[in-house]
Amino acid sequence: MRFQIDGRTVHAATGAVAIDRDGAADLPLVLLVHGAGMDRTVWSQQTRWLAHHDARAVAVDLPGHGGSDGPALGSIADLADWIAAVADELGGPAHLIGHSMGAFIALEAAARHADSVASVVLMGLGAAMPVHPDLQAAADADDPLAADLMAGWMHGPDQKFGFNPTPGMSMMGTSRAVIETSPDGVLSLDLALCAAYDGAGDAANALVCPATLVLGRLDRMTPRRAAQPLVDVLEHATVVELATSGHAPMMEEPDAVRYALAGHLARTLS
Amino acid sequence: MVEPDHHRFDTRALHAGQRPDPTTGSRAVPIHQTTSYVFDSVDHAAGLFNLEVSGHLYTRISNPTVAVLEERLASLEGGVGAVCTASGQAALHLAAATILSAGDHVVASRNIYGGSHNLLNLTMPRFGITTTFVDPRDPDAFAAAIRPETRLVYAETLGNPGIEVLDVAAIAAVAHDHGLPLAVDSTFATPYLMRPIEHGADIVIHSVTKFLGGHGVAIGGVVVDGGRFDWAADGKFPTLSEPYDGYHGITFTEEFGTAALSMRARAEGLRDFGGCMSPANAFYLLQGVETLPLRMARHVENTHRVVEMLDAHDAVSWISHPSHPSHPDHELAARLYPNGAGAILSFGVHGGREAGRRFIEAVGLASHLANVGDAKTLVIHPGSTTHQQMSNEDLAAAGISEELVRLSVGLEDPDDICDDLSRALRASQKA
Repeated sequence: MRFQIDGRTVHAATGAVAIDRDGAADLPLVLLVHGAGMDRTVWSQQTRWLAHHDARAVAVDLPGHGGSDGPALGSIADLADWIAAVADELGGPAHLIGHSMGAFIALEAAARHADSVASVVLMGLGAAMPVHPDLQAAADADDPLAADLMAGWMHGPDQKFGFNPTPGMSMMGTSRAVIETSPDGVLSLDLALCAAYDGAGDAANALVCPATLVLGRLDRMTPRRAAQPLVDVLEHATVVELATSGHAPMMEEPDAVRYALAGHLARTLS
Repeated sequence: MVEPDHHRFDTRALHAGQRPDPTTGSRAVPIHQTTSYVFDSVDHAAGLFNLEVSGHLYTRISNPTVAVLEERLASLEGGVGAVCTASGQAALHLAAATILSAGDHVVASRNIYGGSHNLLNLTMPRFGITTTFVDPRDPDAFAAAIRPETRLVYAETLGNPGIEVLDVAAIAAVAHDHGLPLAVDSTFATPYLMRPIEHGADIVIHSVTKFLGGHGVAIGGVVVDGGRFDWAADGKFPTLSEPYDGYHGITFTEEFGTAALSMRARAEGLRDFGGCMSPANAFYLLQGVETLPLRMARHVENTHRVVEMLDAHDAVSWISHPSHPSHPDHELAARLYPNGAGAILSFGVHGGREAGRRFIEAVGLASHLANVGDAKTLVIHPGSTTHQQMSNEDLAAAGISEELVRLSVGLEDPDDICDDLSRALRASQKA
């Protein structure tokens, strides 16, 4: 689907189920927010399932990513304001499901725009997200090495061998292609703003909505221990730890993530 | 600078796509000889049928053994995914039928496998899809043949049987400048010798029957999806970028992005055309892929020995292999194929058609049959077999002369291969 925010076109996947269909107005609005250098398709294992299971599911392309108009935005705060505007435009408040940089965006949006955010699911994040200087340098140079490095680090050791839940697909190959095909400069900007963001602790302290954290025990980009400060602050949050996931549980353990999302929505809506 | 944390090519040839079976601990890939799979629940079944969740539902669509081979080949080629098929021809048809509709047009190399030529030249027109054939060495010819209704550019990375070396990057640039994808058949090269996606190709097709399988025991094909082509850019590819009633209005580019082609090829192509690979064949072919790096290195080494022998033989009128300085693509091959330009070559025998026939009948170690890429040395006369349906004009345009003999160099001791060919060449000269 396409819609406008601030005069610019936003592209999103809805699982091919219209969110304004008859009878859908009372269903929860679920916005899925991707991470650095990625796009809506990282949620392909969840979007269509949510859309067919009593939700208005919208996996957005952030500005300048996928099919959405640019430019890419230059801070987590700007992106948080933007996703809150998306929630308002689509008839929120919304349940925000964010991955990595998208988790920072969801967390910051919930803190800044409590009226627009019904709940958050934060996946693959730490209290801070430092970026390896070699990755940042490769991204700055639009060097394909950046995609190689990210694909290698974002998936757990099992995914190095494969046996993808989706028959015939290469998870490493797919991640590499998504990053490679992002517009020049976008990954560089995203990584820089992830590294610069130091508001996660404050945002977690300010959070008033229900929260679930989904963390991969084999995450090398944001190791489990990096999330502990947020777990400590979000004492009422549900924490789901996935044994074989790295940094991208929605791709690596899609069934478990769907189960976690269903549980989160059930708890939040009850 | 840190290195990417990936397994390297030889390791992936053995491991990609497989983890030891969690239930039994089986180290080898099990043959999942089953047609169907028990659903967890009605909701699970509905989700599988509606592409809401991933998994196996019926072996025509996917199978765990076949999926290992698919993922392994996708990994070796550097693609996002792959769909295995009953044969290489089924793979070409699947790729074409996933992208093209009646009224569409293809620009293809004229130097391709005879079966592929038949499909594009004779069969596809019955379904409203036409093809213009051009010289694979001439990027301008590809550009000139592109029409408003063109939707695909197609060639072989190493042509059949003349081993024309495709300048993949140059032809990809022509295709992309016109908003078109480049599909290549890379059967003769295998990903060990050259990976077309790294040079700009968008789709890679193989007859897995050949060097990938390597043992001549099973037929199979594959379509590898490069995942870099923007199918939604300008509305030229509605099968991928428009809602599809077959799955309740799904738009493959919107939901699956870089994986749109492979998802539609499986969800529609295997569902409706049904040209799937059997699990047993996938198992056989996987045994071959495991040793691909070792075999291809030896195939190439033996080929260089054979080229050397043929070059010095009085009965040989010409040799066509990119390693030979006389080959028009010798320099291009040295750049694109640093590990060798494959193990298929052709040559002419002094004395024309009759001498060629005597040569074929005199070989002993080499097998006269319609295949290439076996562990054993194979030989054939294309003009009377693989390319016999082509007219004389098309045959000439494809560079196939009456005396042409195609050789697929095997893994035997190279001295024995050379002895056999040399003996047969001598026999060919005795009227």
